[in-house]
Amino acid sequence: MAAACGARILRGIGLHAIRNTALKAATQLQRRAFRVNGTLWQQPFDSPAEKPQFPGASAEFIDHLEFIQPNVISGIPIYRVMDRQGQIINPSEDPQLSKEMVLNFYQKMTLLNTMDRILYESQRQGRISFYMTNYGEEGTHIGSAAALDPKDLVFGQYREAGVLMYRGFPLDLFMAQCYANADDLGKGRQMPVHYGSRDLNFVTISSPLATQIPQAAGAAYAVKRENSNRAVICYFGEGAASEGDAHAGFNFSATLECPLIFFCRNNGYAISTPTNEQYRGDGIAARGPGYGLMSIRVDGNDVFAVYNATKEARRRAVAENQPFLIEAMTYRIGHHSTSDDSSAYRSVDEVNYWDKQDHPISRLRHYMTARDWWGEDEERAWRKQSRKLVMEAFEKAERRLKPNPNLMFTDVYNEITPQLAKQNDAMWRHVQQYKEQYPLDLYEK
Amino acid sequence: MAAVRLFLRTSGVKSSFTGLTGGVHSSLGITLSTDYTSKTKTQRRHAAHFTYYPDPVPTEYGPTQKMNLFQSITSALDNTLASDPTAVIFGEDVAFGGVFRCTVGLRDKYGKDRVFNTPLCEQGIVGFGIGAAVAGATAIAEIQFADYIYPAFDQIVNEAAKYRYRSGNMFDCGNLTIRAPWGCVGHGSLYHSQSPEAFFAHCPGIKIVVPRGPVQSKGLLLSCIADKNPCIFFEPKILYRAAVEQVPTEAYHIPLSQAEVLLEGSDVTLVAWGTQVHVMREVAGMVQEKLGVSCELIDLQTILPWDAETVCKSVVKTGRLLISHEAPVTGGFAAEISSTVQEECFLNLEAPISRVCGYDTPFPHIFEPFYIPDKWKCFEAVKRMINY
Repeated sequence: MAAACGARILRGIGLHAIRNTALKAATQLQRRAFRVNGTLWQQPFDSPAEKPQFPGASAEFIDHLEFIQPNVISGIPIYRVMDRQGQIINPSEDPQLSKEMVLNFYQKMTLLNTMDRILYESQRQGRISFYMTNYGEEGTHIGSAAALDPKDLVFGQYREAGVLMYRGFPLDLFMAQCYANADDLGKGRQMPVHYGSRDLNFVTISSPLATQIPQAAGAAYAVKRENSNRAVICYFGEGAASEGDAHAGFNFSATLECPLIFFCRNNGYAISTPTNEQYRGDGIAARGPGYGLMSIRVDGNDVFAVYNATKEARRRAVAENQPFLIEAMTYRIGHHSTSDDSSAYRSVDEVNYWDKQDHPISRLRHYMTARDWWGEDEERAWRKQSRKLVMEAFEKAERRLKPNPNLMFTDVYNEITPQLAKQNDAMWRHVQQYKEQYPLDLYEK
Repeated sequence: MAAVRLFLRTSGVKSSFTGLTGGVHSSLGITLSTDYTSKTKTQRRHAAHFTYYPDPVPTEYGPTQKMNLFQSITSALDNTLASDPTAVIFGEDVAFGGVFRCTVGLRDKYGKDRVFNTPLCEQGIVGFGIGAAVAGATAIAEIQFADYIYPAFDQIVNEAAKYRYRSGNMFDCGNLTIRAPWGCVGHGSLYHSQSPEAFFAHCPGIKIVVPRGPVQSKGLLLSCIADKNPCIFFEPKILYRAAVEQVPTEAYHIPLSQAEVLLEGSDVTLVAWGTQVHVMREVAGMVQEKLGVSCELIDLQTILPWDAETVCKSVVKTGRLLISHEAPVTGGFAAEISSTVQEECFLNLEAPISRVCGYDTPFPHIFEPFYIPDKWKCFEAVKRMINY
């Protein structure tokens, strides 16, 4: 009961502060009191004051009619650390990362870019069936991945290959998945770019959008009960945020107090659909407070801004067991996928602006150049070396056989069911009879 | 999904809340209401489409206690929470004991971080459960009525069922079990009566289980929870209070994908699951008495992956097969059984396989007595098969 009284006092302070000067510290106190236990902030029923008693919200009465207007003209500001020329804007926000770490950022971003170019071309030549590039969003991947603990569990959408790249996923395995060869950890069952890695705590990607969002909340809940000082991060695009599962995930994570970071890549398009056909509020970040989520919007082309926001969100998510929402503003420079020609719905000028004037890779390069950490020679050498690394992995993956067709039947269940064993046998009997009709020589025996 | 969730109960409900205070503490420390015996009679009067046949008292699993179906579910959940520290139970209104009383006492005994309410959102509940299972927890999710499982269809079919396969066995949600009240209840109408098992039977990667009574419920539910695959466990809600028998208090397992032959017979094979098993048992008695026909009765128990061997073996012997389920006939699971048996037992069949099922309509309110595949419809079907 003492706790309940204490909470009521805190809440009183909070309300008072809001009414007068909206003191930041006091509102935070109120928020924490609110979060300790939902039932604590109910009014006592013997209160003589003319105060609202509704259980569904904690608010004052108001004596005039007034609709709350969304603020979409002047939205949630976009946090940035360096400008487009790589200059730190506010020194107190400089994460002051070591040269080694920054070079690693740059090399991982550019290596991903090189891999994208080669695999995109290979799809154009019909060597792999499908591909999705990460052009323009490299900074969101690397900046956020670097701010996490390697043990933190990652749930992604499909345009977050840089997170795996940062965690050290080998080029061979990226290629193996896209080629669906016998080295693929996923046994060749999914379309290209549906990566996953148990060792790197990166949950296997699936095509249905936003399904990973409530799953991430469940995983974060389990992680919280483990008490293992881990967090969960969940990436999704602004289009996926329109799915019902996004609503589910935001709401569950808040009410069940999950150590989870929602990371939205708002790149302006969901395939051909521009954001003004996706939502009419102030983007995704503005939805967070409605769910009781701590929220921030960052410049997704600024790897340090992404890093800082993720770092602080992770720290607080784990310490306070509450979810955070980061909306990273970016631009999808590439086509949606290899099955899409984006010039059908947007101008080349628009794409060129983001590619040439405001790109996460070039911005970080400016930063490095200004510190004399990187020059033309290093750039040339690294370009050559990264291309060689990718080409070697590419050629190796292409030569490799596909997995044994028996693997079509395993892992449906943990065990092989009698029905599946029968169907496996039937397939082989048939294939043996019609050998010449099937590409058996491409598959492992 | 804007569904009205009725506090739907079978008859004799009015005293259920008082039953709580008058309950006794079981050896497990869970309060079980004890007034079910007097209600069984009331139950029979109102839900006359079946007579519950209790199972013989199991002797191989230690001490038993009289339980109805909802209490046997509680007992299974209690055993699980006691033995598995990662196990959590969640869903809409499970914290206070659930709208069907299946989780009564568990929150007090195991803590609010293990038995908790979620927001009202089925796709969230299943997605959340998948995530918890992926991260290594034993996740037991409740969908308040099977009728409301469809918002989670995508999470079940595209996600839960395919998790292990698509990741090459790197990730799985095998520790997930979804429980949902299922089947007709006398007055449940369109959205408190459905039997959606066939929708899920077309989905490789999940298991679907329906028990016929308290002993099966506990043993099969514990098997679902222990199974390394995502399982959907449908609980015939009309039996929650009506079915009473002696159930072992300790944990025990009844194997999945194994049908049970309840009556041996020589002339016709009857296959059903859930409440319909009891309807079919009565039918077997009726046709024996009135027609002198000997029926072999099989409780399928697991819908997916189902036990074709037991069913086919029986049909080879009897030469005739009647399958009955409450769900609509077109696309119902009887079609799958029928087609498989026809393929496997073509030379043994002496009459066309008969399906007595719900009609191809939504489940109606006031017409329920005419809708359900009751004992007289099944009796007539056996008669026709014998005279074929």
